[in-house]
Amino acid sequence: MFAEYSMSELGAIFAMQGFAGLILFSVFVLMALGLAIIFGQMGVINMAHGEFMILGAYVTYLTSNLFAEYIPALFDIYFFVAMVLAFIVSGSLGMLVEWGLIRHLYKRPLDTLLATWGLSLILQQIYRSVFGAREVGVTIPDWIMGSLPITDMIEVPINGIFVMVLAIGISVAVYVMMFRSSWGKQVRAVTQNRVMAGAVGINTERTDRLTFGIGCGVAGVAGSAFTMIGSTGPTAGQLYIVDTFLVVVFGGAASLLGTIASAFSISQAQSIMEFFLSGSMAKVLTLLTVVGILMLRPQGLFALKLRK
Amino acid sequence: MIFKNSRFFTSSELAGLAILALLIFVVLPVGLDAFRLNLFGKYLTYGFVALGLVLCWGAGGILSLGQGVFFGLGGYCMAMFLKLEASTPEATKIQSTPGIPDFMDWNQITELPIWWEPFNSLTFSLIAVVLVPVFFAFIIGVAMFRRRVGGVYFAIITQAIAAILTILIIGQQGYTGGVNGITDLRTLKGWDIRTDEAKVILYFVNGILLFGCILIAHFIRRSKLGRILIAMRDQEDRVRFSGYDVANFKIFVFCAGAAFASIGGAMFTLQVGFMSPSFVGIVPSIEMVIFCAVGGRLSLLGAVYGALLVNLAKTTFSELFPELWLFGLGALFIAVVLAFPNGLAGLYEEHVAPRVEALLKKWSKKDLDKPEKSDPLNAAAE
Repeated sequence: MFAEYSMSELGAIFAMQGFAGLILFSVFVLMALGLAIIFGQMGVINMAHGEFMILGAYVTYLTSNLFAEYIPALFDIYFFVAMVLAFIVSGSLGMLVEWGLIRHLYKRPLDTLLATWGLSLILQQIYRSVFGAREVGVTIPDWIMGSLPITDMIEVPINGIFVMVLAIGISVAVYVMMFRSSWGKQVRAVTQNRVMAGAVGINTERTDRLTFGIGCGVAGVAGSAFTMIGSTGPTAGQLYIVDTFLVVVFGGAASLLGTIASAFSISQAQSIMEFFLSGSMAKVLTLLTVVGILMLRPQGLFALKLRK
Repeated sequence: MIFKNSRFFTSSELAGLAILALLIFVVLPVGLDAFRLNLFGKYLTYGFVALGLVLCWGAGGILSLGQGVFFGLGGYCMAMFLKLEASTPEATKIQSTPGIPDFMDWNQITELPIWWEPFNSLTFSLIAVVLVPVFFAFIIGVAMFRRRVGGVYFAIITQAIAAILTILIIGQQGYTGGVNGITDLRTLKGWDIRTDEAKVILYFVNGILLFGCILIAHFIRRSKLGRILIAMRDQEDRVRFSGYDVANFKIFVFCAGAAFASIGGAMFTLQVGFMSPSFVGIVPSIEMVIFCAVGGRLSLLGAVYGALLVNLAKTTFSELFPELWLFGLGALFIAVVLAFPNGLAGLYEEHVAPRVEALLKKWSKKDLDKPEKSDPLNAAAE
């Protein structure tokens, strides 16, 4: 299969595919971070995670329309405002959902799964009623468009770089929050032993609500970032949900580093295979490999050593 | 409750079965025309899946989000046989390669793939309908339960498997019919399955098979195995410490669930006349769980009613108010989980059953009262 390409062409192909893989990697990391908090730390299965991302994307879409309409002078930077808004809107909805739904179900994780699936159906229908069934695209500021030529055969899109930078930034922020702040310590304490955490004076209910909210907020920011590389439809969230869960489980649910490592391996494998096989077969092979490895090593790549 | 009675059925279970039998074999066929009856037959095929879920999820505590995989495998095994029968060289002589299924010809495949060959035989296909999904379930079960993967992780991985199979079927268009699935199925051993008469007969076959599965599932639940399953669901470690190999029980019940789902899938293909990936993937698999949850995850009959009612509601509402249907379905998920986790059967047990029992007692008391009153008389007479 390599015969028809020259050496330098092959190098360029691998570099470009590798870079496409890096963008996919950033996308996976963004998707998985919110879930790593909600599922990895809290152990709640949020099947509506994709819908929270889509909410962020729609918020971005609305913000871009608002800026274009009323303050076109600041259009270049609307994106940053949109991300903050996406975080706030998705986060608030997340806290509301935690209050109304999730907190009744902490002892029944499988039921959470069904209830949040129901929630995702409702959200999808709301998006469809409000924004229409068609996909919407966001007008991207000029400076993010275009691509950066590195050599005469390799060039990289700027929006891809932007998403990558964003992924790194949010990962660092989540890491600091979870492992360097007192809030993060509380979250981990509550997830490891709810009763004891309550006994030493941690307000477990508030911690849960905040954790869930922040996880959803991060999902919203991820959705906001996605608007730069694709369009948004009411059912787009469902496309991501399996990938996202697999990334988190494959990485080892409670490990942030594991999540990032698994996002890296899955995305690279998929994008390199995509070049040689059809897109769907690449996806099938990647998912099969992941499921296969999970069957052999159910605790994932990086497992915390815990006594149960 | 189980220990109280050594009979195979308690009288209330027997009454429940009789009512369901009356509904399926008398009321529906008499009250509906062939088209509507066929529709109900389709709903009942989901009842098979729900039965399997009652065993896996309700009794065993294993939530599989991949029942669509087994439903689909069963359906595809049946569809492959029917498709081959429909693709005789005479019927397909306009194709560039006559004698192969039409979608293969459209995808420039000139020879029947080797793994399609055995499906020329009806016996093989019928065996495959049961064995192929059980084989898959066995592999998944061995791999997961031996390593003590359960609960949430199992659910997520089975969901991923459903996603993989859908992508695979859609991607391998030439071998599987792609998105459209395997369509235009006509005859079963020369017997036209599209006529009204055939539809009615298939409906009854479906109903009989469903009752067979209910009996098997009831037997499993009543046996010692069923009790171990329930013990395992509630306190897995204790069962393990008592010396039972927990994994084997889980594997067995998962395989049984797969076999039920697969029989449902095959009957679905026969009654509906096609099979497509839209009955395999993530969304249908979760919907199958909701049939079981609405009916009652602990009740075999409840699950069948759940499959019937949810599907009936789906057909009715999605035609009348397509916008509202998703809201309704979503709300149903949430309500079932929050308000009545044991589904309709649970509601029945809690609210209706005591009243029925009280009523029955009242009647039987009347019967009892008479001899009691007559007793003193008898005594006096003696």
